[in-house]
Amino acid sequence: MIDELAEKEKKERKPVEKEPKNEPRSDSRKIEVAHHEPDASVKKVKMKAEGVCAWFGTKQALFDVNIDINEKAVTAIIGPSGCGKSTLIRCFNRMHETVPGSRFAGDIFLEENSIFDPRMDPVAVRRRVGMVFQKPTPFPTLSIYDNVAVGLRLNGTRDKKTLDEVVEKSLRKAALWEEVKDSLQKAGAALSGGQQQRLCIARSLAVELEVLLMDEPCSALDPISTSKVEELIHELRQNYTIIIVTHNMQQAARVSQKTAFMLNGKLIEYDSTEKVFTNPANKLTEDYITGRFG
Amino acid sequence: MVNYQTYRRWTDRTMVFLCGTAAFLAGIPLVSLLLYVLVQGFRRLDWTFLTSLPTPVGVSGGGMANAILGTITLVLIASCVGLPIGIFAGIYLSEYGKKNRFAWMVRFTADVLSGVPSIVTGIVAYTLIVKPMHNFSALAGGVALGFMMIPITTRTTEELVKMVPHSIREASWALGISQWRTILSIVVRTAKNGILTGVLLSIARIAGETAPLLFTAFNNQFWPKGINEPTASLTVQVFTYAISPFKDWQDQAWTGALVLLLLVLSINLSAKFFFKNSRSLLR
Ligand SMILES: Nc1ncnc2c1ncn2[C@@H]1O[C@H](COP(=O)(O)OP(=O)(O)OP(=O)(O)O)[C@@H](O)[C@H]1O
Ligand SMILES: [Mg+2]
Repeated sequence: MIDELAEKEKKERKPVEKEPKNEPRSDSRKIEVAHHEPDASVKKVKMKAEGVCAWFGTKQALFDVNIDINEKAVTAIIGPSGCGKSTLIRCFNRMHETVPGSRFAGDIFLEENSIFDPRMDPVAVRRRVGMVFQKPTPFPTLSIYDNVAVGLRLNGTRDKKTLDEVVEKSLRKAALWEEVKDSLQKAGAALSGGQQQRLCIARSLAVELEVLLMDEPCSALDPISTSKVEELIHELRQNYTIIIVTHNMQQAARVSQKTAFMLNGKLIEYDSTEKVFTNPANKLTEDYITGRFG
Repeated sequence: MVNYQTYRRWTDRTMVFLCGTAAFLAGIPLVSLLLYVLVQGFRRLDWTFLTSLPTPVGVSGGGMANAILGTITLVLIASCVGLPIGIFAGIYLSEYGKKNRFAWMVRFTADVLSGVPSIVTGIVAYTLIVKPMHNFSALAGGVALGFMMIPITTRTTEELVKMVPHSIREASWALGISQWRTILSIVVRTAKNGILTGVLLSIARIAGETAPLLFTAFNNQFWPKGINEPTASLTVQVFTYAISPFKDWQDQAWTGALVLLLLVLSINLSAKFFFKNSRSLLR
């Protein structure tokens, strides 16, 4: 259903955007892109990747990726399966290095500091740069309350009152509080898939989170849960920096301010979402979002 | 064509019949054993048996209270020795022992150790503890049983901790939880019912051991005064009574066997219960 609508949408939009595209593609167009970005200079850069390359064993998954992530904005990463989207965002919280045999080159900055600085503890980085996975992963033996509190608790917070407050605040921010406030002691695994995913978001928000990485957070969810999570992303953008990987182009268009298109481990195009979806600079991007491949 | 189909149907039926018969035959010893022990043991099973000390030959009454207590003591001592080592070794193997020479050796040793005849474990405990201390003791018996628990617990813990999905570990790291905290508080906690299953099964396994106790815990007709004393146990007491020429003692041996059987059976059943729970959580 939704796909059909999306198709229709695309078809309706196409004639309008086709016109300028018939012009010859040249570098002058790229300059124009910069003009079209009203708030690019206003936004502060929260995270910055410089020359990021990543390997799994001998297989190179990322090739010289450079990208600036704006603060308090949603950045979407799109691209066909296997193009390195997950690998890229897993570099942002140093999860890539947990894979045996993996390698990394380049640098990533969180504000002014490199997250690969020897003085930076990967554990500390991950507290500031959280992650939500494709499949909801609540800790199965912990209650809803403990699922949210566990990050703080295992980092030394014991005070019951502080924990209570943080749990409520996080669950409220994740738009889950009303649904679970009477059953906080129930197992986290007993929730529905969509609720579990919001629980995972709440769990990330409970630590001193600044950046939230989301790897296809809705691909295991039904449409209603999906729209709830999308609404939530809109809310969270007020206070957090969000990077979301998605296969759903409509979703990228709905939730993000900037969109990055990746192909075969390279960053092909990175621009305001509006620009990428209505008037992409690169032929490959256009082919992908019009559904010609991928 | 038709012939071939009839042929197939008949081989099919024959195979089902043969397998069914085999299954039935396999059940016979088990059921008859249970029934026989139940019938024989039931005669003397009463409150006196469970609460009083053994009496000399010819004096009526008497029971195996001290042996029941002894078995419990031995299992507790064995658990203190075997469980911490076994559980932590299992965690180590599962979390750090992927391609590691040392881990390979530990695993190999555990496998060899679990195949060692229990009487050999008894001799080792005798040499290590009974000889230097110059007397049989519950401690020596418990340690011998503890040695036997180590490999079982190590391997079951390893398997069950490995069953915890990698995504759970990643989710924990992504929250900024350190590696050792992730293992102890998240992974092991997720696997705890499974680990408990392994623990119960290894307890059930050692509770029925006789050989390693013969020359470590030995036997005792009275309440033990401490773990440095020789201690009665259900298995050794059953053994002693069963080979005696006295009818009353032989009856008591049956009852002792029944009590032991019920004990082990109930441990096994609770292990099954926990395992079922652990699987539903790990799915
Ligand atoms: N653990 C791994 N070991 C070896 N190769 C891997 C591993 N994870 C990913 N790769 C490879 O790295 C490349 C990039 O994978 P990645 O998971 O980042 O793609 P993706 O864009 O997230 O794809 P999808 O949309 O299917 O999630 C792929 O070619 C994949 O085969
Ligand atoms: Mg992916």
